[in-house]
Amino acid sequence: MTAEFGHVALIVALCLSVVQAIVPMVGSFAGYRTWMRLGHSLALGQLVFVAISFVCLTMAFLQDDFSLQYVANNSNTLLPTQFKISAVWGAHEGSLLLWALILALWSAAVALFSRHLPLELSSRVLSILGAISVGFGLFILLTSNPFARILPFSPTEGGDLNPLLQDFGLIVHPPMLYMGYVGFSVAFAFAVAALIGGQFDSAWARWARPWINSAWVFLTIGITLGSWWAYYELGWGGWWFWDPVENASLMPWLVGTALVHSIAVTEKRGAFRSWTLLLAILAFSLSLLGTFLVRSGVLTSVHAFANDPERGVFILAFLGIVVGSSLLLFALRGPTVQSQKGNGDVASYSGLSREMMLLLNNVLLVSSMAMILIGTLYPLIADVLDLGKISVGPPYFNFFFVPMTLGLMVAMGFAVFSRWKKTDAQLLRQKGMIPFLLSLSAALVLPLFLAESLSWESYSLIAVITLGASFWVVSMSIEDLWQKLSRSGFRWHNIGKLSASYWGMQCAHIGIAVCALGVGLSSVYDVQKDVRMVPGDRLTVAGYEFSFDRLDPVQGPNFVASRGQISAYKNERLVATLYPEKRNYKARNQVMTEAAIDPGLTRDLYVSLGEPLKGDAWAIRLHVKPFVRCIWLGGLMIGLGGLLSVLDKRYRRRRQPKTQAAETTLEVAAQ
Amino acid sequence: MHPLRKQRLQLVILLVVAAALVVGLVVYMLRENGNYFYTPAQIISGEAPQNTFLRAGGMVVAGSILRSEDSLWVQFQVTDGIETLTIEHTGILPDLFAEGEAAIASGKVDENLVLQATQILAKHDEKYTPPEVADAMNEAYKRQQEGYSLEDAEGSLSQGAEGSLYQNAEGSLSQGAEGSLYQNAEGSK
Repeated sequence: MTAEFGHVALIVALCLSVVQAIVPMVGSFAGYRTWMRLGHSLALGQLVFVAISFVCLTMAFLQDDFSLQYVANNSNTLLPTQFKISAVWGAHEGSLLLWALILALWSAAVALFSRHLPLELSSRVLSILGAISVGFGLFILLTSNPFARILPFSPTEGGDLNPLLQDFGLIVHPPMLYMGYVGFSVAFAFAVAALIGGQFDSAWARWARPWINSAWVFLTIGITLGSWWAYYELGWGGWWFWDPVENASLMPWLVGTALVHSIAVTEKRGAFRSWTLLLAILAFSLSLLGTFLVRSGVLTSVHAFANDPERGVFILAFLGIVVGSSLLLFALRGPTVQSQKGNGDVASYSGLSREMMLLLNNVLLVSSMAMILIGTLYPLIADVLDLGKISVGPPYFNFFFVPMTLGLMVAMGFAVFSRWKKTDAQLLRQKGMIPFLLSLSAALVLPLFLAESLSWESYSLIAVITLGASFWVVSMSIEDLWQKLSRSGFRWHNIGKLSASYWGMQCAHIGIAVCALGVGLSSVYDVQKDVRMVPGDRLTVAGYEFSFDRLDPVQGPNFVASRGQISAYKNERLVATLYPEKRNYKARNQVMTEAAIDPGLTRDLYVSLGEPLKGDAWAIRLHVKPFVRCIWLGGLMIGLGGLLSVLDKRYRRRRQPKTQAAETTLEVAAQ
Repeated sequence: MHPLRKQRLQLVILLVVAAALVVGLVVYMLRENGNYFYTPAQIISGEAPQNTFLRAGGMVVAGSILRSEDSLWVQFQVTDGIETLTIEHTGILPDLFAEGEAAIASGKVDENLVLQATQILAKHDEKYTPPEVADAMNEAYKRQQEGYSLEDAEGSLSQGAEGSLYQNAEGSLSQGAEGSLYQNAEGSK
């Protein structure tokens, strides 16, 4: 019965979203305030029903109700409870339900925290969000119903969750990623509502900005978690594969990053208006494209295993409607938005100004996105056109992405110092001199100490460039901070005067530097050896001596495993004892590699068991990965930076002086 | 010209030139780094280029996996139902690599028509078959169906398949194994 409740709740939610899509929008044109207000309560109602539906599916998992097709495919009585819960979003149907739930959450948040907005705007935003949930509700109910039963012959035991997904990373990664993906739907709705209403000024940007920033924060954290998960769970030490599924999440992030910067210009200077709108539309379209790529099974990818053309066609049609109609609206209304002069001296800036720097940032970010888009879609297009089955490898992506990122970092250093409207080139040269010399010397000297030996062969140019760019960003940021603190003589209490969004910017920019440092150094100094070892063997990799002590059988809740014990010594001292496992999950008879990692800020020791060879011998992978942890540390710093800027006081201040609505206190959704 | 217009024109020209450069580069890089997939039949018939990075795959032939005694060198065969391709690799095989299952290897084909693989990919979970392999198997199945209707074709097909299986098994065991061991030892440092 639980499942039927869930199913009915989902249908009710769909009906509510249909009303939500139509009534407030019609009301906003006809001027019926009650109709417009309806959107707020409908959004809350929709959340309640989608949540009921989600809880019902979770209950079905907890109760091992294998008469549900979805539960039977993705759970098992032996599956530990926390994984039974995360299995709810472990495959296609459930992850779409999670999508719908998160969309309902965002809609409800908009309904709750938008009382200070003009009713016309907020009702339209909610109405557009309603239309998006109609699309997803129909998609779930028509093509991917998680509540479908297998009757009368339902299995007594489930097929178990894919072992790769039985992990903490999977519990947190998809919800975070979806919060980001779906969060851009709010940005999209704000953009479309602005286009419909024709009102698009600095006030609009200030309202939309916290929503955009929070979606971006979630996406940042989601991608970081995904990369970390791939690193330790896939068992082979890679952290980014340029896999289409990864690209699908990186593309909205890049556009989102551009949007976060461009809307800052719109808010502060009233410039880049139609560009900001376009980016908001693009960010959500790319999120939908990502959903299409991942969920339709069009990819020849290690990730995408859903395969059902019906679904693909549905999402493609939905994508077409969303992108087509919003771009059409943009084409019709965009020019009026651009010519609107809201706050006086709009859009006058010189060649060297903060606006120009942010424009450069946007151009670089959007171009990287375009390169990734081409590289991701090219194999699909070639396949459709019968040009052969091609896969585009990492060299293509690195060739474009790495130089653009370096360019971004160089510009980032200057951008922190540049002023709105016009910056004195002399000032930039003056301020940049010390950081430049500092980062240059660090870049030239440090590789000598990082390499294993003092020789030309081990002196790495990539390390020099990475260190140079990272130190440049960090030292320019610190110099700017120093300057801000000591405007009239250095005082510590000046720290409190700086705004949260300033700290956010600094944190995120330094996060980029830390992340780049991790990427560059770990790829240069990474040492990997695949070896054949029998218990008792010792082997030295990058200064660490690994000793394969023994191998024990282990019994897990739903798997059996061989567990190796490998001790790592440095200078004859025991540094770590590692226990990599080779697991065999019984229900699916699937073999899994569980790597053992000794984490550290400057290096990870990474050991995984390959496969048993003849006798006692095993194929073993030994990895020493310097600075690899900086990649995710940097990612988290970027996310934290975004969070700080969301928490900035100015978004919590009461605004909207024109109407009485200003009386209601505003709490921006900062969750 | 109005200074603003002139500025805009410069910007437009700059953008057009930059866009053209970028498009050229993208096309070039896609050509350079796009790895084509070939079926075993295409490689054995010489249709696939030698010493070019490519991907190939099929079902792993039962009993064909051969491990070296003292290194991680491994040799196995994959088939698309028409021909059988020998693949050699030094390293760890993926978890879901097994006889009778689909596998894809990327690497270069050498002069003995053996694929020297730098990477082996197996399935992602037990229900999944890589689309390339599935297509290749379907194609082979169709061709065989057609083959039965034409008497000549049938003969040549069945013969060819058998012959190549035999050849590969024999040739690679004696020659290939030694050769590649040597190559690997040399190539690694």
